[in-house]
Amino acid sequence: MDYLSLLMPVVYALLMISVFMTLCAYTVLAERKVCSYIQGRVGPNRARIPIIGHIPIIGNILTRLGLFHPAADGLKFLFKEEITPGHVRLSYYYLAPIVALVPALTTMAVLPFGRYFDANGVVQPLILANVDIGILFILAVSSLGVYGIVLAGWASNSKYPFLGAVRSTAQMISYELAMGLSILPVFLWSAAPGSDYGLSLFGVVQSQQNLWLILWQPGSALIFLVALFAETNRLPFDMAESETDLVGGFHTEYGAFKFGMFFIAEYAHIIMGSAIFVILFLGGWHFLPGIADPWPSGILGIMMSTVWFLFKVFAMIFFFIWMRWSMPRFRYDQVMHLGWKILLPLAIANFIFYIFVISIFDKLTL
Amino acid sequence: MAKTKVLERKPLTFAEKTFIPQIASGLATTFSNIFKKSVTLQYPEERPVIPENYRGIPTLVKDPKGRVKCVSCQLCEFVCPPKAIRIKPSEIDSDENPDRAHIEKEPSAFDINMLRCIYCGLCQEVCPEEAIFLQDEFSLSGYSREEMVYGKDKLLELGGTLPDSHYKWDKKKEAEDQPFAHH
Ligand code: SF4
Ligand code: SF4
Repeated sequence: MDYLSLLMPVVYALLMISVFMTLCAYTVLAERKVCSYIQGRVGPNRARIPIIGHIPIIGNILTRLGLFHPAADGLKFLFKEEITPGHVRLSYYYLAPIVALVPALTTMAVLPFGRYFDANGVVQPLILANVDIGILFILAVSSLGVYGIVLAGWASNSKYPFLGAVRSTAQMISYELAMGLSILPVFLWSAAPGSDYGLSLFGVVQSQQNLWLILWQPGSALIFLVALFAETNRLPFDMAESETDLVGGFHTEYGAFKFGMFFIAEYAHIIMGSAIFVILFLGGWHFLPGIADPWPSGILGIMMSTVWFLFKVFAMIFFFIWMRWSMPRFRYDQVMHLGWKILLPLAIANFIFYIFVISIFDKLTL
Repeated sequence: MAKTKVLERKPLTFAEKTFIPQIASGLATTFSNIFKKSVTLQYPEERPVIPENYRGIPTLVKDPKGRVKCVSCQLCEFVCPPKAIRIKPSEIDSDENPDRAHIEKEPSAFDINMLRCIYCGLCQEVCPEEAIFLQDEFSLSGYSREEMVYGKDKLLELGGTLPDSHYKWDKKKEAEDQPFAHH
């Protein structure tokens, strides 16, 4: 019994990591497919796994959808020759991809992705670690990811990675502020006096049973979204990579599996970012604004809430991808201008505005 | 002096300065693109439509009666700008081919070095016998330089048979067989 209670969290964690990594791989595929559809191409459609790929009709459809490509890509990264350029700082060079990937996987631990009813009929989140400082943990750990980029840029000991790394550090610092400020009103609302949720993400979701936060805090949502794009280094903010002027940016000197890790980390950040946006502003696993939880209470309800949550996350991921293939890249000074001179003051104004709104609301209802 | 007209550029409106309407319209454009038909040609399975007068690789053709049309006059060899063609003329054995004996010559070797050929089409233009044509084949590959020198058999195989409206050699033969032939 005791062993079991020790073992189960490990099993859950491993399970979640494997699901999450699969999601990462398929997000890469989604990116390639969506981008090719937007550009009038067909995208990856060649890889075929022997037995499954040769089932008469299904095999062809799966192949045309490119569903075997993630496996092929992964294997390709594994079997490529590992090249270490002679001019790098070795230990940091090897450390960087790990540092980039680990934070994205760590934040996963405090991410609620569904709900169930415990023995007393109380709603509980499906989560690895139900800590009540959820968002603080996520903000703190996920911004460690930039260390991976900085380390990579510095350890590569060459100019383009270095420029990419410096840019992305500056960008992270600038947008972290606006990001933090933009979600304060959210927690001002969810952690109302008398509620026992604190900064936990579960509390935020529970506070959106009737009205999703994006509907009455669109300002916060917009600022958070822009900052999220910047934090995940996605276009229009992909200063760290900007292929056109920095070759490949911070991972120019990386190849094979180490590059693969950076690549996965980038998509892990996107998935985490989407999930957090869904939790904070799109009502988590709640069905629609007004219809919070129409699902049965049993195992079916647990699955449906999770599936609905995943559906929203996929929609957000699609939005990320869609945005990338619609927008040009900002110039570097424009990124800084937007971050410091526009988003930060806006976030502060937004915060003050909602302080008044929420305190007046509380006065009226009490 | 041409007159320059300076166009007034309107200052950006507030909405434009926020980028948001622009981003939204951009997103709408890309989204509508998702549902359009793709323009990709699945190359090895689907072949592009080759227009008439396309200049692919030069090939030797036969006439509809299966006879090699080239008479090894070597005009193409002479005109070829990068000197890609090498021809070895030889006589037609009159015992073996009595009906072609009057043609006198045919190539015993006809090599085109496809690595040198520039697809200019001059050989086709200069050939008095309409024996060499640049047809629709455009993708060739090989493992060595030697492999890329296409010999007579290969060129004839690639060229196939093209319709012929003259049958020049038949007419010549007829004329020759007439009494008082003057040619
Ligand atoms: S196409 Fe031009 S280059 Fe090629 S064989 Fe004919 S004459 Fe020579
Ligand atoms: S292909 Fe034409 S031009 Fe060339 S040698 Fe033969 S007959 Fe003469």
